[in-house]
Amino acid sequence: MTVAPTSTQFKDNAHEALNDARLQRALVHARNFIPRRSAAAERMPEFEALRDSARDIKNHTLAHLDLYLEAYEKKVLETGGHVHWARDAEHARKIFLDLCHARGAKRVTKGKSMISEEIGLNAALEADGVEAVETDLGEYIIQLRGEAPSHIIAPAIHVTRDDVEADFRKAHRDLPESRDLSQPEQLLAEARGILRDKFLTADIGVTGANFLIAETGTSVIVTNEGNGDLTQILPKVHVVIASLEKIVPTLDDAAQLLRVLARSATGQDMSVYTTLSTGPRRPGDVDGPEDYHVILLDNGRSAMLGGPFEDMLRCIRCGACMNHCPVYHQIGGHAYGWVYPGPMGAVLTPSLIGVAEGGQLPNASTFCGRCEQVCPMRIPLPKMMRHWREREFERHLTPAGARYGLGVWAFFARRPTLYRLATQAAMRALKLASRNRGRFASLPLAGGWTAHRDLAAPQGSTFQAQWRARSGATR
Amino acid sequence: MPTQTCCGQPAYNSGDRATARAIARQTILAFADCDYIVAPSGSCSGMLARHYPELFDDEPDLSREALAFAAKCHELVSFLVDVMGVSAVSARYDGVATYHDSCSGLRELGVKTQPRQLLASVEGLRLVEMQDSEVCCGFGGTFAVKYGELSNSIVTEKSGKIEASGADTLLAGDLGCLMNMAGKMQRLGRNVKVRHVAEVLAGMTDMPAIGEPETEPRK
Repeated sequence: MTVAPTSTQFKDNAHEALNDARLQRALVHARNFIPRRSAAAERMPEFEALRDSARDIKNHTLAHLDLYLEAYEKKVLETGGHVHWARDAEHARKIFLDLCHARGAKRVTKGKSMISEEIGLNAALEADGVEAVETDLGEYIIQLRGEAPSHIIAPAIHVTRDDVEADFRKAHRDLPESRDLSQPEQLLAEARGILRDKFLTADIGVTGANFLIAETGTSVIVTNEGNGDLTQILPKVHVVIASLEKIVPTLDDAAQLLRVLARSATGQDMSVYTTLSTGPRRPGDVDGPEDYHVILLDNGRSAMLGGPFEDMLRCIRCGACMNHCPVYHQIGGHAYGWVYPGPMGAVLTPSLIGVAEGGQLPNASTFCGRCEQVCPMRIPLPKMMRHWREREFERHLTPAGARYGLGVWAFFARRPTLYRLATQAAMRALKLASRNRGRFASLPLAGGWTAHRDLAAPQGSTFQAQWRARSGATR
Repeated sequence: MPTQTCCGQPAYNSGDRATARAIARQTILAFADCDYIVAPSGSCSGMLARHYPELFDDEPDLSREALAFAAKCHELVSFLVDVMGVSAVSARYDGVATYHDSCSGLRELGVKTQPRQLLASVEGLRLVEMQDSEVCCGFGGTFAVKYGELSNSIVTEKSGKIEASGADTLLAGDLGCLMNMAGKMQRLGRNVKVRHVAEVLAGMTDMPAIGEPETEPRK
């Protein structure tokens, strides 16, 4: 597990993914979310209005983020918790390790958290001799495999049942070899048994947050397995790691956003567990942690405020964009090469690690617009991918060949007479070269196209020539 | 005829905003005298009607002009139905056709029912729906070449859906998508004719389909 990006090698990664038969079999399941989401949206007549409201809530919050962050911190302190401000990944890791050292922690259980992935927490813990145990089933599986998540809500979507059985047999050596693991339920029961011990013996439980509520200092997580609850209630210390933009002003706002979150993600009306936690255990509470800490990560987000990528900070990590992305469908999440895949990753990755590192991702889109169509927060994802292409172009990061080709084309496109003559000449030449076959199986300079498909040859004359001929004839 | 070239979309989507703006200015001026600007392409129409205003959103005067221009721009088939009020055409096409919803026309301009409505009035034509007609064909402009392998994977899947529909003819309203799908199906040896929807609606199917020879190829 690593946070070293390979996004610059996106094409190679994609090539590998396309030729990985096992991965291709597993990826079929990513599409199961599509009919479920649309059914959930259809069940709710006000769904579109809710999306507007969700967008407005986040826009308001982002416009006053400093105030809401301060209000949130104040409330957390009032309830007896602690807030740590982390400027970047390294800072966040250090804060967390210091907490581990202060408590002499040897074992940390973890609810699912993309921020933990973003800062590379597991690797840092292991290097420090602290055992990190992922308790979300999907995260547990990929931790055993030494992989990163390939989807932000279904981290092991690239893995098949057979893979999981093999991984469990390898990892759980104490269990009898003859045991039957042929059914998913058996795999689940085995993971549950192993994790139960870890829950009970962990020194620190760490969770992410779907929302942080300013008016109460509450963190909210949604899960379908209940692992988050055991992670945050059983150990003596609960650490929430979350990024700045998870803030919402009020409980009502969080409730509004919850109504679009699960519907957009899995098509559920609500996730199975929605858990709110506010501060450490109070006198008289039957359970809960003694210590409650929140690590608030910036890592490039405050720099996105007020700029062309601010809209991205509305993202609530539902995964709908990748579930509906034709590119993601073909290659899965690992090919994107860092933490966040799919359309949201294509916008966020260059924001967080730089356009030189992540610039391939916003280019690898057909701009089909389906991501924006389903985004519950109405984030204009294609528009922002195009913004990244503009940044690249301005900074001369666009490949020289593409830049040159574009320049030649633009020279003609800005000169109507020349353009008309050139297109006419090109049409004639292509038509002649096609030798009446109607198409080309290969053509010099068009190898990128003809490697995979035939290229139609032009027919007749240009539209403009025909138009002129017609209007001449009718006059 | 206005002194038009291209709508500038290749520059816009490649990040060359300055060129895209220059071409947009040129286009807006070229069509200044027209009441309607109609294009037989969802993505070109989307560029004119949706993206031109974005190109000038930092200059109020030009932005106003672009917005006024954008309001006059239409995709061909939706223009026929929504603006001209055409509800039927007199054309004949003997075949089973399926219609692919090109992304820009569908999602930027709401072109969905209009072509189906007019196709329903074509004599001899039976329209069947393919699975996932709203899913991208993998063209994406320069994407098809820059990410050829990925594009190929998407269009291969699309070809399977087209074939599974049982149609003998594939129609759509965007030439980029049509060339992509025609090229893939021809490479795969699939026997499906590919045409722009306007060819069928206008009863102009005496010309060969996309990528087909005009006469028998020379041996």
